[in-house]
Amino acid sequence: MRKATKNNLVTCGITLGFFVIFGILSMTGVLGSQLSGLLIPIGIYIILAISLNLTVGVLGELSLGHAGFMCVGAYVGGIFSIITQDTINPSWLRMILALVIGGLAAAIFGLLIGIPVLRLRGDYLAIVTLGFGEIVKAIANNIYIAMDKNGLHFSFAASITDIDAATKTDVTAGPLGMKAPQDTNLILVVVVLMICLVALMTFIDSRTGRACMAIRDNYIAAQSVGINVTKYRLIAFVVSAAIAGVAGVLYSHSITSLVSKKFDYNLSILILVFVVLGGLGSLRGSVIATIILYALPEIFRELGDYRMLIYAIVLILMMIFNNAPSFIMLRERIGASAPVQKIKSIFVRKKNTAGGAE
Amino acid sequence: MMSFVSYLVNGISLGSIYALIALGYTMVYGIAKMLNFAHGDIIMVGGFTVFTAMSTAWCPVWLSVVIGIVVCTVLGVVIEKVAYKPLRSAPPLAVLITAIGVSYLLQNLALLIFGSAAQNFTSIVAGMPPFLTVLDGQAPLFFATAPSGSKAILTISMETFLSIVVSLVIMIALTLFINKTKAGKAMLAVAEDKGAAQLMGINVNGTISLTFAIGSALAAAASVLMCSSYPQISPYTGSMPGIKAFVAAVFGGIGSIPGAMIGGVLLGVIEQLSKAYISSQLSDAIVFLVLIIVLVVRPTGILGKKINEKV
Repeated sequence: MRKATKNNLVTCGITLGFFVIFGILSMTGVLGSQLSGLLIPIGIYIILAISLNLTVGVLGELSLGHAGFMCVGAYVGGIFSIITQDTINPSWLRMILALVIGGLAAAIFGLLIGIPVLRLRGDYLAIVTLGFGEIVKAIANNIYIAMDKNGLHFSFAASITDIDAATKTDVTAGPLGMKAPQDTNLILVVVVLMICLVALMTFIDSRTGRACMAIRDNYIAAQSVGINVTKYRLIAFVVSAAIAGVAGVLYSHSITSLVSKKFDYNLSILILVFVVLGGLGSLRGSVIATIILYALPEIFRELGDYRMLIYAIVLILMMIFNNAPSFIMLRERIGASAPVQKIKSIFVRKKNTAGGAE
Repeated sequence: MMSFVSYLVNGISLGSIYALIALGYTMVYGIAKMLNFAHGDIIMVGGFTVFTAMSTAWCPVWLSVVIGIVVCTVLGVVIEKVAYKPLRSAPPLAVLITAIGVSYLLQNLALLIFGSAAQNFTSIVAGMPPFLTVLDGQAPLFFATAPSGSKAILTISMETFLSIVVSLVIMIALTLFINKTKAGKAMLAVAEDKGAAQLMGINVNGTISLTFAIGSALAAAASVLMCSSYPQISPYTGSMPGIKAFVAAVFGGIGSIPGAMIGGVLLGVIEQLSKAYISSQLSDAIVFLVLIIVLVVRPTGILGKKINEKV
């Protein structure tokens, strides 16, 4: 078996194993209701983290507007579900359609923003993606859609007045947001997550993915061997946006009230933290980091107000410990010192001594 | 017409506050090549320090402002030494996440100490008459309260005036400092090439600390001006102005000091005018839209230098 394939299978196994074990634990009631409630958001955040890892880790471009694509997916998917709530009846079919439509809408936004913006690089690209996220949030905050017997009413930046009050259903009401049907369940999240994970693994392993990594490692060298830099950057950007859109659809169907305020730049940064701490370009790292970092503040809930303080300190210490050259040297020195080597030799037997001639 | 002048002056006032904050971003970026995401929260710390000094300790205004500036300067240097210095040769993303961690830390500390509710900040020029009042058909009044019952067609408050004047003085002083003094020239040299600067005998670590100190002091000054003009303070006060100032720095060309000033003022004017004439809810979106358009046309900002990459 190829090493990469084996690696990917392990990642899939870890992800699936986590959800199966904790799903069973939550069904049997061993896990408290508070922790059980975390499983769906964790799944959604893993999808977001692995999709952002495509932009940041594989393509090597910093994006601070990932929440914007999630917002597009959440709103488009949610609006679709509310409008078709009575016409498309098996809810699973409606949800699948919503996922497809939300993902496509986010992909279109990714393409629209990607064509002009991918001329930029580095920090300039980062700030434009941040701006994009804020724009999407502000627009979502000002959209009013409602339904009555005459059809749909649409309004921007002002609430709807010319509507038949008796048959009125609000679809989305500006800052008050929307209430999409609760169609997301854990099994759906896990299925979508596994599909996204496998799709991303295949993408990274493909010719396109390798081209993206070549661009990341050396832009000019990639150009000079004939890689169409703009095309591959755009493909990766759009795929990443589409998957974030799908996560957004799952999100909007999993909470009772969706407001656009949620999709601010803090959310984008939170996802970025998952990706960077998990390791750039490593899908398995993103999965594990998301599970740990998302659950951590919830587990320490009894610490109350101190938990976010501890989270911040842990974050800083982890970054310094993992990246500072002096700490890396220190770790190597400890690893090479005599007592540690002795302990290691107890656990890891050297091959030539294990099958020795004696 | 008068309302346009009023919006414009308010925009310039807000913009000069953004410019002060943006200078901190751009100087740190120029010298350490890092986006200091905690810069916005230093503004918040400055605001709370002045707030506490004025309301709890009954300090006179000038002393409170000095305390605020000293606390921020020390905080900026300490953050640099503890969190950023060990990571100087680490990948830029690691430093970015550390800066985000510092930002979370400051926000949550403030949350623990002061609570999440916004507090009322007393303006440092409270009780003073407006800088300029124009009454219909009369000569304009400077530093005087309009007689009661008269209808002013244009009022420029003391806070607005103060923001513009203080920012202008600080910017001129900073430009002179950077171009005329040894320490300022050392900053330019370190920004240009760290290794070469060290070989020329420049104390690189000291220069970086100095940059953080100046940037944080500017943030403290900005916080006082901002909290006086918009008299409220909460642990989240710093985050949006921080982001806007970051945008302003990129807008003007990150790493360029005149760029940050121009970017900041332009951003403030655009924000105020779009708030007045287009939509107040969408003003942030319009600011960011203008930014995207500027960057697509000029990918390195207004005054940014284009650096050709070599293989």
